[in-house]
Amino acid sequence: MIKVKINGQEQSWDGDPDLPLLWFLRDEAGLTGTKFGCGQALCGACTVIVDKEAVRACITSINDVAGREITTIEGLHPNGDHPVQKAWRQVNVPQCGFCQAGQIMQAAALLMDNPKPSHDQIREAMSGNICRCGCYQRIENAVHLASTGV
Amino acid sequence: MNFIDNPKKLRGFEKNIKVEKVSRRSILKGLGITGGFVLAAPVMSRQAFAYETGAGKMPHGVVVDPRVFVAVAPDGTVTILAHRAEMGTGVRTSLPLIVAEEMEADWARVKVEQAHGDEVKFGNQDTDGSRSTRHYLMPMRQIGASARTMLEQAAAKRWGVPATEVKAVNHEVVHSATSRKLGFGELAADAAKEPVPSIEGLKLKDPKDFRYLGKGQIGIVDLHDITTGKARYGADVRLPGMKYAVIARPPVTGGKLVSFDPDAALKVPGVEKVMQVRGWPWPSKFQPLGGVAVIARNTGAAIKGRDALKLTWDDGANGKYDSVAYRKELEEASRKPGLVVRQEGDAEAALKGADKVVVGEYYLPHLAHVSMEPPVAVADVKGDKAEIWAPVQSPGGTREDVAKTLDIPEGNVTVNVTLLGGGFGRKSKCDFALEAALLSKELGVPVKVQWTREDDVRHDFLHTVSVERIEAGLDKSGKVIAWRHRSVAPSIGSTFAADAKHQAPFELGMGLVDMPFEIANISCENPEAAAFTRIGWFRSVSNIPRAFAVQSMVGEIAHATGRDQKETLLALIGSPRIVKPAVKDMWNYGEPLDSYPIDTARLRKVVELVAEKGEWGRQVPKGHGLGIAVHRSFVSYIATIVEVAVDDKGKLTVPRVDTAIDCGTYVNPERIASQIEGAAIMGLSLAKYGEITFKDGKVQQKNFDDFQVLRIDESPAVTNVYIVPPGPDTPPSGVGEPGVPPFAPALMNAIFAATGKRIRSLPLGKQLEA
Repeated sequence: MIKVKINGQEQSWDGDPDLPLLWFLRDEAGLTGTKFGCGQALCGACTVIVDKEAVRACITSINDVAGREITTIEGLHPNGDHPVQKAWRQVNVPQCGFCQAGQIMQAAALLMDNPKPSHDQIREAMSGNICRCGCYQRIENAVHLASTGV
Repeated sequence: MNFIDNPKKLRGFEKNIKVEKVSRRSILKGLGITGGFVLAAPVMSRQAFAYETGAGKMPHGVVVDPRVFVAVAPDGTVTILAHRAEMGTGVRTSLPLIVAEEMEADWARVKVEQAHGDEVKFGNQDTDGSRSTRHYLMPMRQIGASARTMLEQAAAKRWGVPATEVKAVNHEVVHSATSRKLGFGELAADAAKEPVPSIEGLKLKDPKDFRYLGKGQIGIVDLHDITTGKARYGADVRLPGMKYAVIARPPVTGGKLVSFDPDAALKVPGVEKVMQVRGWPWPSKFQPLGGVAVIARNTGAAIKGRDALKLTWDDGANGKYDSVAYRKELEEASRKPGLVVRQEGDAEAALKGADKVVVGEYYLPHLAHVSMEPPVAVADVKGDKAEIWAPVQSPGGTREDVAKTLDIPEGNVTVNVTLLGGGFGRKSKCDFALEAALLSKELGVPVKVQWTREDDVRHDFLHTVSVERIEAGLDKSGKVIAWRHRSVAPSIGSTFAADAKHQAPFELGMGLVDMPFEIANISCENPEAAAFTRIGWFRSVSNIPRAFAVQSMVGEIAHATGRDQKETLLALIGSPRIVKPAVKDMWNYGEPLDSYPIDTARLRKVVELVAEKGEWGRQVPKGHGLGIAVHRSFVSYIATIVEVAVDDKGKLTVPRVDTAIDCGTYVNPERIASQIEGAAIMGLSLAKYGEITFKDGKVQQKNFDDFQVLRIDESPAVTNVYIVPPGPDTPPSGVGEPGVPPFAPALMNAIFAATGKRIRSLPLGKQLEA
């Protein structure tokens, strides 16, 4: 039996220990905010925060995060008012919106690590997250806004 | 020549169907509202618009009926239905916003609900072709004005004053002479008893009184849900007892399953069943390709199970498809005369007599859509009833196709449209929903079919592959006197009919025969090209290769004559006029030429605007270069300037992009800017990396590692967007697609300015490093 804490709640799994965390979150725990985009850690749509680190849930097995604390988009802030979320809305970042949970989680992890990133640092830190609609200019501006006060 | 004159007829080749009366009960049910104001009496019209559009020619035409689209609850909440699919353009916000504007509803008290797929009730729902706003601006205004008029009439009756003395203002009706006011909610029940006014008699708001339309910064209605993970996409639908399916499909399009061994897959924990999926013979239209499905308790188990399947395929006739060999065929075809699709003057003679002939042969490979959300659908089929939840651009078409595939009445099929995690044309084809329907029917439980990214890349309806060869003949003064453009590319029609070897009028009309230059001798030709994989609409469609070729050629002519790119471009566009190409089936994006002519004054204007705002001719550092391109598509006019920097190792960056768009009357400029910013990213993406190749009939790419798309660290440092203010009567035109085509040629013209290297073959790849 594998135990994990997701958004502050204990969850357990007694199935395949190799099951990617992504599918545990989405199909077993019903937390569909975390998205499937590639399955190979190439696009970042599945980004969650494990302890304080941004992690791609699609290549991380449930076993790898046993006993760890996982934060998904649903648990980032109780009212959805994390500075990154607020900045995202202020800048009107999303188009289709599908990659945005991953982008927001990646940006939140960046700001935990580096509260005042430069534009180059933002671009570097966010380069693992693909947006096919092409919201990059706004993503960069929103992360910058979140870091300077929304 | 071709069997298609309107691409949407591909969707079942149906004719327009008369709109039937819709019962009051069904509206209440549809909106989930049980009290208050639901408008009575049907109002249908395809006319009475201030300008004519092609909307009425779409399958099922237009429904202008406030009862179908609007409801007012006793608490004043106004519910407006969005009947088009949201894939990132903002249409789910902008169409209801138009209704709210005319209705004088307060946007903060408006709730938007998504309509299910029912074109008899809602009119055409195909969200493609950049036509939602251009087809629905006026109908949505009329719907809003009808509702407003009825609320005003109800208030006037209650006060016993003439209706002319009352006015709806911001969610209430006001009688200013006596300072009386009644909220929309208070009037709902009475308003429902009022007759629906005739469209002809409706008084539309004066645009100067608009509060929302054409104004600033309306955020999309799903903004909060998207940023909090609550927004529901296709993959997010979960039903009790639902099973998860992943399918192994034939690696070659048109191939067939010979045998399969499910044993290893069935040993994977969580896998419950392995079963065959019905496939349709090539060309398979939007029907499934067939294969073997692994059914499991979650998607992860289904994927692992599929990896364990042992499969033997018969590759069939397309097993020889090879991109390298096929490119040679296309190139050879482009060097010989082909079917003439536009002829003015005598291009052959003029080229022979020219002082100089500039020749460019341009290549654009297949492109995959790779929307961030791979295809996915949930189906629940019980007996002769089916319910689908899916991110589809064409819910009406999906409904028809599910009904046909399951052989059940269309009325028994409900298609719930989720948000689309990107579409770009891929999700106009509903094969993934049909797969889910087939599996659910067989299993008797709800089934979700999830495509992996590998499935998406390998089994897409790809953008065509094309060679565009242009010969421009110049006289002694450098004036272009002859233009011959041969476009060779498999047609989208090949997905529907095996013998479709020429481009359909709708493809020819995307940048080939509608070429707007003022040249005396023009020949546009379309040599034959066969298809060996599924070809489909990809955002901007044939405009991408055509604009790449035509606008690159402008740069080549500028170089050949030693003139400025922009001046060369304006000289080619020529005098401000309406271009009337000598073309038999002029498509014009399905729009009447009277409302939407090819207007070179507008084309010139976007060039001049972008040149002014984008500081054309500015000094740039060494290694930098500026390129410009303009293109009319989806009846909009767009010009782009790209600045590139190329370092001594051939590494390319884009410091700045400027784009000017004239899309006529517009609704939400904030979303126009976002579409154009995104188009620059997609344009750079395809120019730099976009290439799907085939060997032995199989796609050689699989995921974002070998089919790369642009990432943030390579994206333009800044993209500026300038929107041309519309004239008072300029009809609305497309926004979603027109931004992409001019990008690649502007980039290549900029690269030439920076390095002297002319890139004629996309993608750029490592060509600058050589």
